[in-house]
Amino acid sequence: MDIPSSTTSPTSPPPRHDVKPSQVTPKRAARGATRPGDRIFLGLSRGSGIALLVIMAAIAAFLTYRAALALSDNTGNFLTTFEWDPAGTATNGKPYFGIAVLVFGTVVSSIIALVIAVPIAIGIALFISHYAPRRLATPIAFVIDLLAAVPSIVYGLWGALVVAPNLTGLYSWLDDYFGWTGIFSYQGGAPRSLMTVGILLAIMILPIITNVSREVFLQVPKMHEEAALALGATRWETIRMSVLPFARSGVISASMLGLGRALGETIAVATVLSPSFVINASVLDFGGGTFAQNIASKFNEATEYGRDALIASGLVLFVITLLVNGAARLIIARRKEYSGANA
Amino acid sequence: MSTTTIAKPASLRGARLPRWTPAVVALGSAAVAVAIGTVAGLDSRIQWGLIAAVLFIVASYAVAVAVEGGRQAKDRLATSLVWVTFLLAVVPLASLVFETVERGSTVFNGYFLTHSMGVVADDEPGGGIYHAILGTLEQVLLASVIAVPIGMLTAIYLVEYGRGKLAKVVTFFVDVMTGIPSIVAGLFVLSFWILILGFDFSGWAGAMALAILMMPVVVRSTEEMLKLVPNELREASLALGIPKWRTILKVVLPTAIGGITTGVMLAVARIAGETAPVLLLVWVNPMINTNPFEGSQASLPLYIYQQYAAGNQAGYDRAWAAALALIGFIMILNLAARGVARWKAPKTGR
Repeated sequence: MDIPSSTTSPTSPPPRHDVKPSQVTPKRAARGATRPGDRIFLGLSRGSGIALLVIMAAIAAFLTYRAALALSDNTGNFLTTFEWDPAGTATNGKPYFGIAVLVFGTVVSSIIALVIAVPIAIGIALFISHYAPRRLATPIAFVIDLLAAVPSIVYGLWGALVVAPNLTGLYSWLDDYFGWTGIFSYQGGAPRSLMTVGILLAIMILPIITNVSREVFLQVPKMHEEAALALGATRWETIRMSVLPFARSGVISASMLGLGRALGETIAVATVLSPSFVINASVLDFGGGTFAQNIASKFNEATEYGRDALIASGLVLFVITLLVNGAARLIIARRKEYSGANA
Repeated sequence: MSTTTIAKPASLRGARLPRWTPAVVALGSAAVAVAIGTVAGLDSRIQWGLIAAVLFIVASYAVAVAVEGGRQAKDRLATSLVWVTFLLAVVPLASLVFETVERGSTVFNGYFLTHSMGVVADDEPGGGIYHAILGTLEQVLLASVIAVPIGMLTAIYLVEYGRGKLAKVVTFFVDVMTGIPSIVAGLFVLSFWILILGFDFSGWAGAMALAILMMPVVVRSTEEMLKLVPNELREASLALGIPKWRTILKVVLPTAIGGITTGVMLAVARIAGETAPVLLLVWVNPMINTNPFEGSQASLPLYIYQQYAAGNQAGYDRAWAAALALIGFIMILNLAARGVARWKAPKTGR
């Protein structure tokens, strides 16, 4: 397994405790790569790795710099203001903008997407790993991959022109029976609401949740399942007793990866939603907005200062997705070490 | 044969429903749902489907409770739920492909592929996507030229050299980078290339953002493939006194090249459909601009977005036709990638 160490270990001295590891590494690497070709190649490949880190750092740095330019002149509170007016048309040229509406819209649409997508994705993953006839499993996995390959603009087009017109019936039904909650009241009109966006996002994040969950389901030790079956458990009881408990943390991180996608989806949301900068209690009525959608919709007519304001909101989105994705990856990484999958 | 059996052998297992029950229940609930839909005058097909799904789940549970008892019924409930979720995923894909092909084929022809929007107003029919195809190809090509070498070298570093802290950090950030929203990559290039360095909108600016999105995908897939290369190959080469870098270039990479190509093609398919960074960085151009380094360009996803935003029938037709072209391009790339993977699969067996 260990190629680099096998080339260096015969000559490498026993570990020296008086020297810090950081001082040892370059020396040892240099000994392993004495030939100029080796040194150049190692330098190139390590440089590429470092370049990736530099790009990540640069993204954070440049976005922060431009965002700071915008925020220093903002007369509203960036977190709590319900307006987006960086040009200051209503306030005598004084920029007045905040992300409260965007936070609301982004969170609501992503939650709707997760609520719909996670159960369905778990179902499909179980279908592929435990229920489908063996011959069907591979083609079905391929179909799910195709779902991931469709570009988001095509989802947007389809969502706006095919799905949305078909949702009026469902929404009026929801309004009839659950309208009293306030969340599901529907005043008619084109259903280009956060709910429609949520449904579309659910379809778009299905593949990633399904694929990661399926991987985890397939890692469940066969012995656990056979033990349950031998006790006379039905297939469902086997899954509930041995598969789901084992896979719980994997499914959670899969959902978080899906959440990361849903938070940052731009063009499908911009196509389907008819945005307005208000917070609407009903998820069925049009209006609202998300971070990414707001950037795409407002970008064309924005001035340079307006673009900086949009960059400020993009920075918030960047930080949120970074946290969500980082947490998901940490959960997966921790699982890999402790799971008895290879036992 | 067993006509002389005295005790009923089935008595040990309890009553079971025949194998065809789910199929019959499914057909029955579909029929009832259609009936309800027609009688109640529901015009949305989505409602019909949801009613059928609920009916199917409830009916198969009820039948199973009556015949087989509680535990088996729960098992059946889970099975039917799992089947329904699968159908719920297939239906959107089928609808999307069907609608795109049907609505897209109205104006999709040779003229559409070979003409630009140069002299066509937004609301009149005609025009085409030649300029957009050109822009997409150039931007994707430039993005690949940046992302593929960096991505592959990073993967080589992680698999062949990477020990210690730097490799761990790089691995983690590659994972995190996969999740960067495309619009954020666009904003980054906007802030440093256009707002700070003062360059103009161009295909090249878009390509840089696309490269950022492409890199982690290339790293991941190359890494997976390099890990599949058997260690005996490396050891054999090193034992002959071949320098490590030549071992990697001449032994490891050729063995894994099929899988790496697949990964790169899938990455290209992914970025070819990205709209958000292109929207921010390439701007809009209805004319043919063959130079990606100067002046705004067009691109297929952006073209679809604009034609949709124009909000008239001629625009919608063009948007669907362009969507058909884009999906076709991406599906062909996907299928070709899988073909390459099968054709050049690393021969790990003995």
